[in-house]
Amino acid sequence: MSFNKTTVQDIAWLARLAIDDQSIAGYEKDLTDILALVERMKKVNTADIQPLAHPLEIDTQLRPDAVTEENQRDDFQKIAPAITDGHYLVPKFVE
Amino acid sequence: MHEFTLAELSHLLQKREISSVELVETCLERAEQFNDGLNCFISLFPEPALERARHADELIGGGKAGPLTGIPVVHKDIFCTGGFKTSCASKMLDNFIAPYDATVVDKLNMAGSVMLGKTNMDEFAMGSSSETSFYGPVRNPWDASRVPGGSSGGSACAVSARLAPAATGTDTGGSIRQPAALCGVTGLKPTYGRVSRYGMIAFASSLDQGGPITQTAEDAALMLAAMSGFDENDATSAEAGVDNYTATLNKEIKGLKIGLPAEYFSEQLERPVTDAITAALNLLEEAGASIIEIELPNTELSIPVYYVIASAECSSNLSRYDGVRFGYRCDNPKDIDDLFCRSRGEGFGDEVKRRIMIGTYVLSAGYYDAYYLKAQQIRRMLRDEFSNALKQVDVIITPTTPSTAFPLGARVDDPVSMYLSDIYTVSVNLAGLPAISIPVGFNDGLPIGMQVIGDYFGEARILNVAHQYQQITDWHKRVPRDYQ
Repeated sequence: MSFNKTTVQDIAWLARLAIDDQSIAGYEKDLTDILALVERMKKVNTADIQPLAHPLEIDTQLRPDAVTEENQRDDFQKIAPAITDGHYLVPKFVE
Repeated sequence: MHEFTLAELSHLLQKREISSVELVETCLERAEQFNDGLNCFISLFPEPALERARHADELIGGGKAGPLTGIPVVHKDIFCTGGFKTSCASKMLDNFIAPYDATVVDKLNMAGSVMLGKTNMDEFAMGSSSETSFYGPVRNPWDASRVPGGSSGGSACAVSARLAPAATGTDTGGSIRQPAALCGVTGLKPTYGRVSRYGMIAFASSLDQGGPITQTAEDAALMLAAMSGFDENDATSAEAGVDNYTATLNKEIKGLKIGLPAEYFSEQLERPVTDAITAALNLLEEAGASIIEIELPNTELSIPVYYVIASAECSSNLSRYDGVRFGYRCDNPKDIDDLFCRSRGEGFGDEVKRRIMIGTYVLSAGYYDAYYLKAQQIRRMLRDEFSNALKQVDVIITPTTPSTAFPLGARVDDPVSMYLSDIYTVSVNLAGLPAISIPVGFNDGLPIGMQVIGDYFGEARILNVAHQYQQITDWHKRVPRDYQ
């Protein structure tokens, strides 16, 4: 598999990353090289091997479903790029 | 007093021979003096540090001090520090003031340590050289034209140059051990789940683990004791009890079985590194350990597997940076997609974007089984190889890195060659095991590191082996000439 301009643009869109036209060639090369490295996995027979998602296979710790924190909206919104009346501001996207 | 270890400083503080204020002032002066050249700090907090030092001196005076009371520490800028800038070395978080403390920071504060500042690193911990930082590269105190390793390069650099006695780091694929090796200091990556990840900015959640970087194994034991433990705020935090890591440091290593995997001594390993490890093994044998050859046949697959799993997890974790609630936001977005795409495109650096794209690709429809699922299957094979080996031996010893510190800029434009430098460290993260890197020699004035890998929750054992080695050698006491 090698990346071309279209695949780089498709992946960048899926990842919601704006990339400028001048850097596309660099991504084509780098992503193709990285994928070639990754494809070394293909030579291994993994039939019947269960995937391992977590190194310890311990049960995920769950807390009681109870409110443990106070609402800190004002604190959290102090670091927001744009707010109004307690809401986060974004460009209009619903007509 | 900057050259003392954490344990020595702790002793001097308790005996009231020095004060925390004096110590913190000394460290801050040195940090300010040397940071222009090393670029190991993103932030320094002199006033809050001195205030905490005064409080620590009161505690010591009142007989209420623990081993870390009044000890200056620096935190990798990946740990959230409430009320202080937490940037992850990214333009994306250049304006981010964390609203709360990471558990690691909270625990070290509770233990009485004094935060001096936050250390530079690879952006979002993605890198092996600390060159991908938005704030510019960190330099190696042993040779300023070379990298300190990464991603916790600022932390390793600060301890190596004796700007702080202890630092925190995080290790996703070697990011504590590799910079510790290249800077000539001690770095411990604990068992996955040993140290809480709450408030540690996520890169790859099934691999990330926080740990200490210090001069000695004894100091690492003191730091780890304070950092470890179950945390209900981290669903993957382990309930296993925390051992008394300092109590077993002086245990003899007579009868210790050391596993030596041939796969880690391949052609790409530089000869002086092999020689240094061999000499270290000889010393351990003289101390009563025995060497047993073991096999870890799929080692070479650890890099491909790691770069699939880490990239996949990073693409998911970093989707939270959208320019809406916190962090960088592009100017004048024309619509919601433009807001997301340009905020992320402008806020992330090149390496972060590469990894997000690889992660997005391997998780995308039609490719999941071929890449992500396959990587998880081989991950099990790698984990089982380690588990089987650790039934025969107590610890496994390997080099930490194939070479000593490489020149700045040498690998930054070639991601694959950079990734391959992680060959000896990533499989430990995939398996979730603890490992420590300690200095075992020099080549052309550059430090060489040796990795000691232990069994799950076997931190006490690897600290014991490292400490015993440090009792009969003085590599860990060497200080780069310009920082003595």
